[in-house]
Amino acid sequence: MPKLDVSRRGLLRTGAVAGAGLALPTIFTAQSAHAFTNEPTGGTVTLGFNVPQTGPYADEGADELRAYELAVEHLNGGGDAGMMNTFSSKALQGNGILGKKVEYVTGDTQTKSDAARASAKSMIEKDGAVMITGGSSSGVAVAVQALCQEAGVIFMAGLTHSNDTTGKDKRANGFRHFFNSYMSGAALAPVLAGAYGTDRKAYHLTADYNWGYTTEEAVKSSTEAMGWDTVAAVKTPLTQTDFSSYIAPVLQSGADTLVLNHYGGNMVNSLTNAVQFGLRDKQVNGKDFQIVVPLYSRLMAKGAGANVKGIFGSTNWHWTLQDEGSKAFVKSFGTKYGFPPSQAAHTTYVQTLLYADAVERAGSFAPCAVAEALEDYEFDGLGNGKTLYRGADHQCFKDVLVVKGKENPTSEFDLLEIVEVTPVDQVTYDPDHPQFSGGALGTCNNGA
Amino acid sequence: MDAIILQILNGLDKGSAYALIALGLTLIFGTLGVVNFAHGALFMIGAFCAVTLNRILTLSYTIIDDTQKDFLGNPLKVDVPYVHGLFGQATGDAIIDWAVPLSLIFAIPVMILVGVVMERGLIKHFYKRPHADQILVTFGLAIVLQEVIKYFYGANPIPTPAPAAFKGSLDFGAMLGFDPNLIIYPYWRIIYFGFAAVIIGGVFAFLQFTTFGMVVRAGMADRETVGLLGINIDKRFTIMFGIAAAVAGLAGVMYTPINSPNYHMGMDFLVLSFVVVVVGGMGSLPGAVLAGFLLGVLESFASMREVIDIIPGINQIIIYLVAIIILLTRPRGLMGRKGVMED
Repeated sequence: MPKLDVSRRGLLRTGAVAGAGLALPTIFTAQSAHAFTNEPTGGTVTLGFNVPQTGPYADEGADELRAYELAVEHLNGGGDAGMMNTFSSKALQGNGILGKKVEYVTGDTQTKSDAARASAKSMIEKDGAVMITGGSSSGVAVAVQALCQEAGVIFMAGLTHSNDTTGKDKRANGFRHFFNSYMSGAALAPVLAGAYGTDRKAYHLTADYNWGYTTEEAVKSSTEAMGWDTVAAVKTPLTQTDFSSYIAPVLQSGADTLVLNHYGGNMVNSLTNAVQFGLRDKQVNGKDFQIVVPLYSRLMAKGAGANVKGIFGSTNWHWTLQDEGSKAFVKSFGTKYGFPPSQAAHTTYVQTLLYADAVERAGSFAPCAVAEALEDYEFDGLGNGKTLYRGADHQCFKDVLVVKGKENPTSEFDLLEIVEVTPVDQVTYDPDHPQFSGGALGTCNNGA
Repeated sequence: MDAIILQILNGLDKGSAYALIALGLTLIFGTLGVVNFAHGALFMIGAFCAVTLNRILTLSYTIIDDTQKDFLGNPLKVDVPYVHGLFGQATGDAIIDWAVPLSLIFAIPVMILVGVVMERGLIKHFYKRPHADQILVTFGLAIVLQEVIKYFYGANPIPTPAPAAFKGSLDFGAMLGFDPNLIIYPYWRIIYFGFAAVIIGGVFAFLQFTTFGMVVRAGMADRETVGLLGINIDKRFTIMFGIAAAVAGLAGVMYTPINSPNYHMGMDFLVLSFVVVVVGGMGSLPGAVLAGFLLGVLESFASMREVIDIIPGINQIIIYLVAIIILLTRPRGLMGRKGVMED
């Protein structure tokens, strides 16, 4: 066996030369060849779908993922093209985005901010995702949005309802199609006043985290403006499962309306507990006791079962809408998967199309060019009527649905009925509205 | 006064669930010396026994109703439960309505089997291992079990209502002379409290008044001596594991109308139940029951708006605060015995 005669100094010298040689392409090309982070150079472009695949919102995440896969299929020219047929913009041709075939990677947010950031980071750094989208919680959306801003990629938020996502935590690289707490309050209050009168005493139970606070504030201010009085607002731990000790004192407070600022499992449990306590069978102040759930989700309504019957709430979109865009989406999704899509599926599908359309109109994947194409962009045909992506805060402004738990559902999907389509003007606010103050978009980041 | 009575009622109801789970936990610890972090998963599996029976009872065949359309405009597929065909619609609906109480019968053999398989298949291999090993393996098992349940049943809560006869609430205040609506309590929660009392009483009676129970208690006190007397204490301890699993499972079945079951519900109760066991005294059955009700009542009082206004956040920490105070003043817990977990 030949003996290798390698000195320590020789090894170091050779290693240094080899290392410099290997590093050379990166050092000289990283800044010059790529104008922005993950600029697609081949025949494909990669999108990152960051949804809860495990954890309590896994079913919602699964529906989001179905919608993303459907959107990719349509963008690449497959299926029946869904909402691309009804979208007011005709920039999308079914040949991918800017002629590049759309591919995707997925991450699991676990509905935890740190896990969501880690999976988004991995998709950006390892998989070369040029855009990140998804999420089923405001905490996750805000965390991932900040990460995308730093990394220089566009973030198209999924289901996030807190005012803060496009309020104090807004970012120039982040965009939200979903509605927010303020809009829920503004849409709900007049309907509640019409149904239950203007002389009501409300008792709020609020999930003790960011989304809960903004929803409580929004519903309180909207209903108080209608003449309602807020008797009490009690914070409940996010981990609470049995709400009996919070619900039992409600009647003793003199309140005749209970507002449950809860979402997900919290909403299912608190509503179930409230109905168990027979609150809705009681009369207080000479009126029938009522319960309100500001943010409804069909998937959550399913968990609460018959308890949602007759209870008002708001939602971003519902599959029973009869506009051409909604019908096209329900047909595409229903044919592919066998059941109607949720509002989470709708917003994520629409966000994917909107991103692709903005890239086509901008003629570039560069985040700042895409952001410019999205800002103050008006469109129609995607299920909520005429919509504006406002440039000042990157929030979509469109009609909001007020819904009610259906008394006689015909299927497990037919749980909510649309009571009113609140016109966009009624839910529009100034960018510097107090409920959204405290943050700034900053400047767009192309990264690289 | 009415608020105090209401929160005591609430606390007793919460305490029922804590006590039932903690009873099984401490029974396993007392007999087998195993710290079983998978005990919450047994509570969850019990709840899913109710979900499963509900699904069995609602197994359906599909008929096409040409008069109605589905969401895609096709003729509507209508599911008709087989029990309608077997027993007629009225009786079939009544059977489905009573799915939760019927699940008790279904859950007992299932839970005993799950418990015995768990003990013989995995946990017996860790009897002589350190408690840290036992905690790791049982915690891992709990995660596996909840992921299995999630795989088959999904992540969303599944509504499992009480029979229609038990819906609504009792105006307890009016019975005591207070104004109407001041102290109301749901019928099903009252039933849950009564059920917990029966189960707890049954377990105590079984251990106290049967030969089997006497041997188990002797084994808990001195396992080696009982073995030297020629009694197969291991076999009895396996049966006790099955019984403890059944207690947790039945608690889970009856809990389903209170909160729609989901795959995570066992974990939600696990930590609190461990606090209950430690506060009550490791291995002490009366201690577990006493601590369960005590912490349930304290948690309810801490959730009162008036209390939160004075001490913000007290509702989130009360149980742990009380646990610290009790363990500082009574290191063995309320009714703990000398020598247990002190080696």
